[in-house]
Amino acid sequence: MAVIQVQRKTLTLAERTYLPQILGGLMTTLRHLLSPVVTMEYPEQRPAIPAHYRGVPTLVMDPNGREKCVSCQLCEFVCPPKAIRITPGSIPEASSNAQVEKAPQAFDIDMLRCIYCGLCEEVCPEEAIFLQNQYSMSGYSRAEMVNHKDRLYELGGTLPDKHFKWEVKKAAEKAAAGAGGHA
Amino acid sequence: MSDPFLGLPPTALAVLKGAAVIIVVFPLAAACSMAERKVCAWIQGRPGPNRALPPLLAWVPGIWILQRLGIFHLAADGAKFLFKEEPLPDHVHRFYYVLAPVVAMVPAFTTMTVVPFGAFFGPSGEVIPLMLANVDVGILAVFAVASLGIYSLILAGWASNSKYPFLGGIRASAQLISYELSMTLSVLPVLLWVNAPGSAGTLSLVRAVEFQGGAWFIFTMPVSALIFAIALFAETNRQPFDMPESEADLVGGFHTEYGAFKWSLFFVAEYANMIVGSGVFTLLFLGGWNILPGVPLSSLIGFLHAATGSALWLHPLAVGVISTVVFLGKVFTLIFIFMWVRWTVPRFRYDQVMKLGWQKLLPLSILNLLAYTIGIALIQN
Repeated sequence: MAVIQVQRKTLTLAERTYLPQILGGLMTTLRHLLSPVVTMEYPEQRPAIPAHYRGVPTLVMDPNGREKCVSCQLCEFVCPPKAIRITPGSIPEASSNAQVEKAPQAFDIDMLRCIYCGLCEEVCPEEAIFLQNQYSMSGYSRAEMVNHKDRLYELGGTLPDKHFKWEVKKAAEKAAAGAGGHA
Repeated sequence: MSDPFLGLPPTALAVLKGAAVIIVVFPLAAACSMAERKVCAWIQGRPGPNRALPPLLAWVPGIWILQRLGIFHLAADGAKFLFKEEPLPDHVHRFYYVLAPVVAMVPAFTTMTVVPFGAFFGPSGEVIPLMLANVDVGILAVFAVASLGIYSLILAGWASNSKYPFLGGIRASAQLISYELSMTLSVLPVLLWVNAPGSAGTLSLVRAVEFQGGAWFIFTMPVSALIFAIALFAETNRQPFDMPESEADLVGGFHTEYGAFKWSLFFVAEYANMIVGSGVFTLLFLGGWNILPGVPLSSLIGFLHAATGSALWLHPLAVGVISTVVFLGKVFTLIFIFMWVRWTVPRFRYDQVMKLGWQKLLPLSILNLLAYTIGIALIQN
């Protein structure tokens, strides 16, 4: 193993007085003094949140205003800190979305437990839960830090849907029923 | 010696002058602390403190300028220091612990009285300085009293009865003694030049300023000015000579155990020392109240008088105000440089401070003194 001997450079007199270096440093800080500030004055100015940011988990509706969650509870089971608690419920026969059969009666996410890992979003077969751009959560009590279903929909809003799989099912059922009727 | 105070009884005068020092210097020092925070912020690319605004004042138009400058943070900090609990740890030597901040304030405020901050012309054209106590020992009084300030640091370090303050106090004493020597030696050439043979001997700062109507001493004695400036940084415990505090290795140094108002007294004393130090530097090397090199105060007044044709400029009050503004402008520029350097240069190690003080600055200042002594002897004879 070769050892590389590096010659330490002998300092010039100017360097040993240390003063030119200090003056150089002063020029650097002066440049920073005169350049605009780089920070953001937070509550008034907000940072632009990039797409696919993993913020607060939210529930979303499809463009028809149907809640997408079918309370399969996969997110509840996968959630590492057990922050999600779902009470499943059924959709009444009279509803126009009766073909979906189930919807959550209650859906609570405890934001004091949530670790923003995004596994719930990843595991959801219905594309119903998304971590969106909400990054600031605060409250005065533990109870306030639990997001209930209405709050989750309020945060989530509506996202576009590519599949409309329940509409496809409904149409298929209808077609099958119609075909059966004629047969 | 003319007395600008209309012949009040001496006791009343003393009280007035003392009150004037406290009323002027305390807010000035506090303003310096806010300036420090703002300069620090700007150098680091931040806006700095800019939020506080008393709701009662929110309606005043243009108040946002003061708000952005953090003026109300300053007021809030001051009020907080006054009203928060005064902790007195169990393990301290109570008497000396309480005494130390007071000892810090006394020299800081006392030196203020012998620093002339402006001047006006008497009926026969003689310069009458604006100062609280026109003593003939001038610069000696400043040095003598200012070096007492070190006792507050030692007292605080020792009375706190705790290891970090103790180390801070020790470092402070070693550092201040080391740099005091170079500082005094660097000033001697100025005084040698001012006390030319045939003139009445004096150590007055006013005389030093009068001598700088032409070239300022910073141009004729640059080495002296440099040594004095470096020693000034060390004496006022400013970065890069922040040994007594050394917050990186000594927590808070000598004031680790202090809080609330007692701590703020140390803080104010530090800035008051900076103001006095900058003032003395201005008087000795930067021409005092002469606005530019080669333009003494009398020429400036004459020019203003000639340019506007108004005799108002010749009024002693106008002259006093102009000279004070010029002087304060220089002092605040120097204080800005103090802050600028603080946020540029990292702190020296303790051994580097000692090496710089004893092995570099002291020989340099002795050589400088010798060279100027010989030079001045040759020129003035």
